[in-house]
Amino acid sequence: MVPVLLILLPLITGLVSFFMKGENGGKAWALASSILTLLVALGGIFLYNQPAHLTYDTSWLTSVGSRFSVGMDGMGKMLCLLTAVSFPIIFLATSKNNYKDSGSFYALMLLTQAGLTGVFVATDCLLFYFFWELALIPVYFLCSKWGGEKRIAVTFKFFIYTFIGSLLMLVGILYLYFQTPAHSFAIKDFYALQLSSEQQNCIFWLMFIAFAIKMPIFPFHTWQPDAYEQSPTATTMVLSGIMVKMGIFAVVRWLVPIFPEATKYYSHFIVVLSVIGMIYASLIAIKQDDIKRLIAYSSIAHIGLMAAAIFAGNAIGLKGVMVQMFNHGINVIGLWIVANAIEQQLGTRKFSELGGLAQKAPTLAILLVIMAFANIALPLTNAFVGEFLMFNGLFQFNVYVTAVAGISIILGAVYTLNMVQKIFYGNTVIATENAKEISGNVQLALVVLTVMIIVLGVYPQPLINLTNDTVKAIISVH
Amino acid sequence: MPIQYYIYLALALFSIGIIGVLVRRNAIIVFMCIELMLNAVNLLLVAFSKMHHGVAYATDKASTVGIDGQLFVFFIMVVAAAEVSVGLAIIVMLYRNTHSVDVNFLNRLKN
Amino acid sequence: MSKLVYLVPLFPLIGFLINGLGRKSLSKSLIGIIGSGAILASFVVSLVLFFDVKAHGGSVVSYFNFIDVESFKIAFAFQVDQLSSLFLLIITGIGFLIHLYSTSYMHEEEPQHFGRYFAYLNLFVFSMLLLVLGANYVIMFIGWEGVGLCSYLLIGYWFKNENYNYAAKKAFVMNRIGDLGFLLAVFWIITRLGTTNYADVFANAAHLSKFDATVITTLLFVGAMGKSAQIPLYTWLPDAMAGPTPVSALIHAATMVTAGIYMIARSNALYSLAPFTQHLVAIIGLATALFAATIAIKQNDIKKVLAYSTVSQLGYMFLGLGVGAYTGAVFHVMTHAFFKALLFLGAGSVIHAMHHEQDIRMMGGLKKKLPITHITFLLGCLAIAGIPPFSGFFSKDEILAAAYAESPIYWGVGVVTAGLTAFYMFRLYATTFLGQFRGTHEQEHHLHESPSAMTIPLVVLAILSVLGGMVGVPEILGGHHELHHFLSPILTTEHEHHIEHNVEFGLMAASVILAALAIAFAIGRYSKKPELNDANGFGKVLANKWYIDELYDAIVVRPLNAIATFLKNIIEKSGIDGIVNGVGKLVNYSSRQLRLLQSGLVGNYILIMVLGIVVFILIWFYDTTILRMIGKIF
Repeated sequence: MVPVLLILLPLITGLVSFFMKGENGGKAWALASSILTLLVALGGIFLYNQPAHLTYDTSWLTSVGSRFSVGMDGMGKMLCLLTAVSFPIIFLATSKNNYKDSGSFYALMLLTQAGLTGVFVATDCLLFYFFWELALIPVYFLCSKWGGEKRIAVTFKFFIYTFIGSLLMLVGILYLYFQTPAHSFAIKDFYALQLSSEQQNCIFWLMFIAFAIKMPIFPFHTWQPDAYEQSPTATTMVLSGIMVKMGIFAVVRWLVPIFPEATKYYSHFIVVLSVIGMIYASLIAIKQDDIKRLIAYSSIAHIGLMAAAIFAGNAIGLKGVMVQMFNHGINVIGLWIVANAIEQQLGTRKFSELGGLAQKAPTLAILLVIMAFANIALPLTNAFVGEFLMFNGLFQFNVYVTAVAGISIILGAVYTLNMVQKIFYGNTVIATENAKEISGNVQLALVVLTVMIIVLGVYPQPLINLTNDTVKAIISVH
Repeated sequence: MPIQYYIYLALALFSIGIIGVLVRRNAIIVFMCIELMLNAVNLLLVAFSKMHHGVAYATDKASTVGIDGQLFVFFIMVVAAAEVSVGLAIIVMLYRNTHSVDVNFLNRLKN
Repeated sequence: MSKLVYLVPLFPLIGFLINGLGRKSLSKSLIGIIGSGAILASFVVSLVLFFDVKAHGGSVVSYFNFIDVESFKIAFAFQVDQLSSLFLLIITGIGFLIHLYSTSYMHEEEPQHFGRYFAYLNLFVFSMLLLVLGANYVIMFIGWEGVGLCSYLLIGYWFKNENYNYAAKKAFVMNRIGDLGFLLAVFWIITRLGTTNYADVFANAAHLSKFDATVITTLLFVGAMGKSAQIPLYTWLPDAMAGPTPVSALIHAATMVTAGIYMIARSNALYSLAPFTQHLVAIIGLATALFAATIAIKQNDIKKVLAYSTVSQLGYMFLGLGVGAYTGAVFHVMTHAFFKALLFLGAGSVIHAMHHEQDIRMMGGLKKKLPITHITFLLGCLAIAGIPPFSGFFSKDEILAAAYAESPIYWGVGVVTAGLTAFYMFRLYATTFLGQFRGTHEQEHHLHESPSAMTIPLVVLAILSVLGGMVGVPEILGGHHELHHFLSPILTTEHEHHIEHNVEFGLMAASVILAALAIAFAIGRYSKKPELNDANGFGKVLANKWYIDELYDAIVVRPLNAIATFLKNIIEKSGIDGIVNGVGKLVNYSSRQLRLLQSGLVGNYILIMVLGIVVFILIWFYDTTILRMIGKIF
């Protein structure tokens, strides 16, 4: 029942929020709803976590043999937790942002949350596809209605990219559906499929491109910096904190176990592609002059590592991916919150127009430094554990690839410290002359994230153990 | 008479009709060319009908094979007559409005 | 007893938290007391641990599983043994003195920044202790990166100055290059041995193939190059002098930069299996020692001279490691920590007195005004120059003797470097303290000896610099080399060569005589007539550090920037995004063209229709022919 609750809560509150008028309509409502969802998620994951609580199955589209069946394994739990934790923090940190027609804004945000949770718990492929689209469609509206100057063009690009991916995936899903003996979309029937090598090699790409666009990995990534830059920051946080995890999640859940042969066959190609993407994105990040675009490219680099570690095909790497999915979500949301705080207050995101903020807002500076060092995986921050495991897995796959991928560690330090330096150090400039310390809400959100970063960095074992069952299941298929 | 002759004649008529439709701009002539094409088809239908019926008749005096071809011809003639009356009426109206029966002149309809 | 080990890093951590969170509300004196007190507490515990280890030997204390995946387990465990307890004493002992010194040196700072300073400093000590105490390579790596972070924060402590920020960033990035090597070495160890615990790794080291051992040790050495500022990754250390002077003393002289030596000494079991790497270590160490010494000759910033001297001395230590004299290297770490901390703090005292003037050409004649600083500084110079019986003599001599046993060429270069060291140190000494004062009148008026919080550490360190060598007096001079016996359970001695006593005497005499000559020459030349003009000719090359920074800029930084710009503007914007947008434009364009077909001319439509029918008929009747034709074409 827990997964159903986790989907229904934001769905219903979201629909209600559409009817909330007024300047800040839905703001408090959405925050309350997301906190309630968080409580349900915590309860479901740590207290009522018997299998009976965590699965639910009822008939849905009987005519095509699709059922509304949901369930949570370790990875599902972890990502539901990430979703549930992120939304209150996002709402809290952006509570000073004012959106026109805010009832609809928060309604769409909550619908996205429902869709995301659905993606992570669905154990029926058609249901998965349904939630996948449910999560994406509100984002199109969020971006096109509340985004920046170039929002229409950017939304259009984002839409075309993801929609092409979705269609390819749909073709793949339907093909698999017709291959199942009982014509069903159930995950266990998909896993039981015995596909020939040719079938695997073709259908693999249909699904992979869809997920690769969503992650995104090089060279399917160009929608991402634009979308991150132009979306309202709250949406960007969802996009980069949680939604890119959808792609990685989908690869682990719906690609690798169904196409084990093709996964192995193309693993070298994809790993090399991912590593190229890492270096490429890191290099471009060095030259960015905009906080948002820098974080976007940094995110591409990190995702590249995760993709490479999945296709390295060993348990250590996969464990690292699991841990990192959660941790990257937290870290990148933290970075966005800082970016948002700066943009809201100073009205610019350009490094060339910033500087010396540490004198005016020391607390913000300290929190950003923590986020920044978590972003470059300093030990005793959460990201270190994941990156350590992922690089380790990659190392077992291929030494040279790891060495090249390791360059991104160095480049990561370069661009992250560039950012810290250009925003916070040096002397104040016109834009930062009258800057003030950040508000209490933002501080609270960042402190919560900081605590999570440190705790999970010092004692990551619970998080590692959470996904043991998923990793074991995936590796046994390999 | 062998069937080929009918086919050649029908082909010739049909081609004349097509070319007429393509190159002439006078609506009435275009109309007549359409009629020409229809009649080419009619001719073929009748000819093949006769041929098939002839073959079947030789073995079975009560055979009705092939007569549906002639039935179609009647249909076509009726439809063509109806079409001509409607079409000519349109052309007459057109002429009254624009004092022209040039088909290319009518592309103004697209706006 | 060793159960108490968690207290050692805990105190600085608590100090960090209190000072970091309370920096706005606490008074300066309270911050100073908390900051220094935390380190003093650690020092006391370290002393207890040291004597415990001396009596009962080392042990490993495990707290919890840091990372536990099926194939390997990384425990959050501390190892207290001879090597780590010695380093604990150095870190907390010198750390405490420098904290004490800082309370006075930094007293002009605002309380908020004062608190920040002590928080960083405590955090540094915490990280350094983790580095030393870790019972496996991952915990060491945690400390390793942690000290890098603190170094970054402290170099850029005065963050308003852009140049300082660049120096901080440079230090961090160069360290990261080394860290990558370290990390790869750790992966290699995990892949081959399935563990990172020192005990297990060294016990199973014999199972490693020669190739594996060589690669692992080389990669570890790359890590050490970054942290301990060896060629080619040394250029960050002189720039790191941007930080406050006590920071330079603590981090960039006494402790952090010796982490690389600690790591290699700790891994001596692996290095003994890889003779190739040992040669590499020795050669790089020697080259760095000589190279940095030549640069130091022509520097005019008091801290830069000391920085290059540090790089050079670190090179010495690596030479010792490379020739198998692990004890000698650790010994030199210890004595170097004493005298280099002393020299830096002395320099700090001078800078303090001179109101943040660092150029030695503006000083001179400080002997009378700063008597305590002068005496202690002189003792430090004598120690680093290797004059008996000061501490530097014994440690340097041990390394040189081992180098001679390996190859006389190593020894030769080492002795030349020692001569250069004596020369540039006394050039510094003579220019600063002897002769006439050359600064402004205002500066002269304000010249004063530093307060006791600064002079007490100087005196303590001076005593240590003088007497510190006594723990390692070699047997030929009638000593027992107690350090050697103490460390022997940890450090392998199988590769140490022994040379005959009279040869060893000869070597000692040669190096001492050379050093004495260099000192006499330097004092004679610079006490009366210091060089005040900018250097020219070859001296200019040295003053500009052999133009290595410019070289790196040209071969690494600028190409990287160019590539990044190229990728951003050409590949990303015109290439990939161009293709994506191109698809969109193509659709747009073709639809615009197709639109023209709808002319509204009935004739056109019919013509197209007819042509279509003709084509269909052709295909219908001649399909096989057409297929054959297509087959022929392709």
